[in-house]
Amino acid sequence: MSSGTRLAIAIVTAAVLFFIFSGTIGVLFWSDLTDAEKQVLVPLISPRAGLIIAMVATGGAVVAMIIKALFESYDVLPARLAETAHLIVTTEPGRRLDEEGPGGVRELARVVNQLAEHRQVLQSDVEAQIRAGRESVEEEKNRLAALMSELTQSVVVCNLDGRILLYNNRARQQFRAMSDAPAVAGGGELIGLGRSIYTVFERGLISHALETLQTGLRKDVAQPVSNFVTTTRSGQLLRAQMAPVLSSRDVDERHLTGFILMLDNITRTFEAESRRDLLLHGATEGNRAALANIRAAVEMLDYDDLDPAMRERFVGVIKDEVQGMGKRLEEAAENFADTLKTRWPMEEMLGSDFVSAARGRIEASVGLPVKLEDVDGSLWLRLDSFSLLQALTYLASRLSDEFEIREVRLRLSEAGKMAHLDLIWSGQAMSTETVMNWELEPMQIGKESSPLTIRDVVERHDGEMWLEREKTRHRAFFRLLLPRAVPQDASETEQYLRGESRPEYYDFDLFKASENEHSLDDRLLSELRFTVFDTETTGLNPSEGDEIIQIGASRIVNGKLLKTESFEQLVDPKRELAKESAQIHGITEDMLVGQPDIDAVLPAFHAFAEDTVLVAHNAAFDMRFLQMKEERTGVKFDQPVLDTLLLSPLIHPNQESHRLEAIAERMGVHIVGRHTALGDAIVTGEVFLKMIPLLAEKGIRTLREAREAAEKTYYARVKY
Amino acid sequence: MANKVLIADDEVNIVISLEFLMKREGFDVSVAKDGEEAVEKIRSERPDLVLLDVMMPKKTGFEVCQEVRADAELGGMKILMLTAKGRDTEMAKGMALGADAYMTKPFSTKELVSEVKKLLGIAG
Repeated sequence: MSSGTRLAIAIVTAAVLFFIFSGTIGVLFWSDLTDAEKQVLVPLISPRAGLIIAMVATGGAVVAMIIKALFESYDVLPARLAETAHLIVTTEPGRRLDEEGPGGVRELARVVNQLAEHRQVLQSDVEAQIRAGRESVEEEKNRLAALMSELTQSVVVCNLDGRILLYNNRARQQFRAMSDAPAVAGGGELIGLGRSIYTVFERGLISHALETLQTGLRKDVAQPVSNFVTTTRSGQLLRAQMAPVLSSRDVDERHLTGFILMLDNITRTFEAESRRDLLLHGATEGNRAALANIRAAVEMLDYDDLDPAMRERFVGVIKDEVQGMGKRLEEAAENFADTLKTRWPMEEMLGSDFVSAARGRIEASVGLPVKLEDVDGSLWLRLDSFSLLQALTYLASRLSDEFEIREVRLRLSEAGKMAHLDLIWSGQAMSTETVMNWELEPMQIGKESSPLTIRDVVERHDGEMWLEREKTRHRAFFRLLLPRAVPQDASETEQYLRGESRPEYYDFDLFKASENEHSLDDRLLSELRFTVFDTETTGLNPSEGDEIIQIGASRIVNGKLLKTESFEQLVDPKRELAKESAQIHGITEDMLVGQPDIDAVLPAFHAFAEDTVLVAHNAAFDMRFLQMKEERTGVKFDQPVLDTLLLSPLIHPNQESHRLEAIAERMGVHIVGRHTALGDAIVTGEVFLKMIPLLAEKGIRTLREAREAAEKTYYARVKY
Repeated sequence: MANKVLIADDEVNIVISLEFLMKREGFDVSVAKDGEEAVEKIRSERPDLVLLDVMMPKKTGFEVCQEVRADAELGGMKILMLTAKGRDTEMAKGMALGADAYMTKPFSTKELVSEVKKLLGIAG
């Protein structure tokens, strides 16, 4: 019943009651009068009947007004206050009641306001604490990720399903070395958030190691670890150490929630060690046998009754064995020297840094001015800077002492895999014998002496040294041939550039991810893994011979676009490229020379996209190109596909354009690098991520729902 | 009757000395140049003692030792293993496979002779 109806009923009832009351009083009064009195009154009243009725009516009106006022105060006002209070509880915690009306009601409103105030303060406190907590967790995660990325050991953290939820830069590099197609996929098909570690390691190996950990945990071992060595598909030898990730909740019972793998590629160490073992083996056993033969023969020579022929034979044995031992020793020495050389701690140093260090050193300890001449600033050297500095200083000091040289110059230049480091001076060159002496005498600079000779130092660097003359300029120089260091891997630096503000190498939410709970079709879009991709092609018709010239792709895991885990590869189409097509994608024929062909790229891309749902804009186009190659490459893309072109009309049915640019603009996605395959794939990915919650609003939450809805738009479009 | 001794070793340079040494001690000596020949000669000549080198072609000393010990008819024969491998583990293996004694090269010929005599129960 509305308050209006209630008010009407109350007023009518009150008026009726008032009239009944007035009427009753009138009737009682009238019946109490004697006839004589009635006779007197009638003439008095009858002319004033109108007045009496008016008075009664006024009385009724007054009653009605009083009722209305009371109703306002005690029904309408509390109801309005209640509504406002409800708003405070639900949506507007900052709203307050008007403190009005009669005393009791006003007091109630005041108390309610106080409660609301209290509640608001508490709420904002809790929110602030939650925010602070979240920030500190986020900060800790970032710090951990930053720390991990700096480690020189490769680390991979997985949940119990074997899904990778953290890895560092080093691991990424190591996995690249393990990749079957390092040039194309760069190991990205092996390592990535949410990818399965079982593509790299056998399931049995991991589960065995996990069992070892579990056993350790049950036996209350303080820090259970398990170790294993395994070979990878590409024949690399890996040593892995596995440590548990324990649940942080139960303090009493240690509960395994995942594991950490620390990996070492020991292929090269192992080779060196087995070579050393072989040497050691040859040196001990080979010589033991020979020594036995000699010793026996020598002891036979002691017998007096030995006839001369026999004696001759024993002496022959001794000679033979001694010769054999000598030879073995020589071989061992030679091989050992090789392994020793590899173990000599060499450092990689920017050549120009070394040259300036040498300049300072010579000027300080010999007192000879040094000038720099043509120092190649891009050269990296592999050297033992300490002994090499000594060598240069020693040479300079002898030049200064014995030939009164006033100034030397240093020059550094490239020489194929080696580098030339020249110590130049003006004037006469010394004789070859003198050079030889300098080379072979232990180095002595002032009071500082070294057991090493120049030749030792040069040999340790696997280098050479000689004297050359520049007759035209009346100069001579010592030339040191030194090994260059391999330049820093270009791809490593590239990763840093791409890494943007924070590394995307971890996703701890994956700890919670549960597998196989639903079939792919029934899982929420927000929890699926996607590969967003795009291709650039020579033209529009694969059936008429148009080919893919670039594939770009990125991954979406746990609702995040992982730009660092991207795939970008140019493809040699093995056919001519129409000139005008370069205006669209900016790819010229020159760029495609030497690129792998589709037969090499498609398997790598397939591995990259394994286990994910494919997403593309106008996917039908790209899929046709992929499917044309299925038969030839044997690579089949049979995973589910979502198309942003078909999903867009579900969200914005009244928009005319569903081109990628138009959607991106509507969704507020900033476009960079369009019309490269990777650029478009990333835009598609960002658009798709924004679509997921909007689709959910329309009741499209699972993969099945998205596919079915997209199908409808597709058919809708076809009908037009 | 003189004791029969078989020398099984592929290295001529040690066989020369061992043969001289054993003959000088008055033993009846024969020589095998590899593991297979050693097994054959053990079966045909029934020596009282074998000086068995571990590293031999065709069959190693370990294999010969195991084969011989599996044959009950050859029960009383003594086996003295000689090896250039100095590791304790190999010595343990040799003894476990049934060798009566084990000497590591280089050995003293005097000690070898006294070990042979001890195994054959000849008072030295």
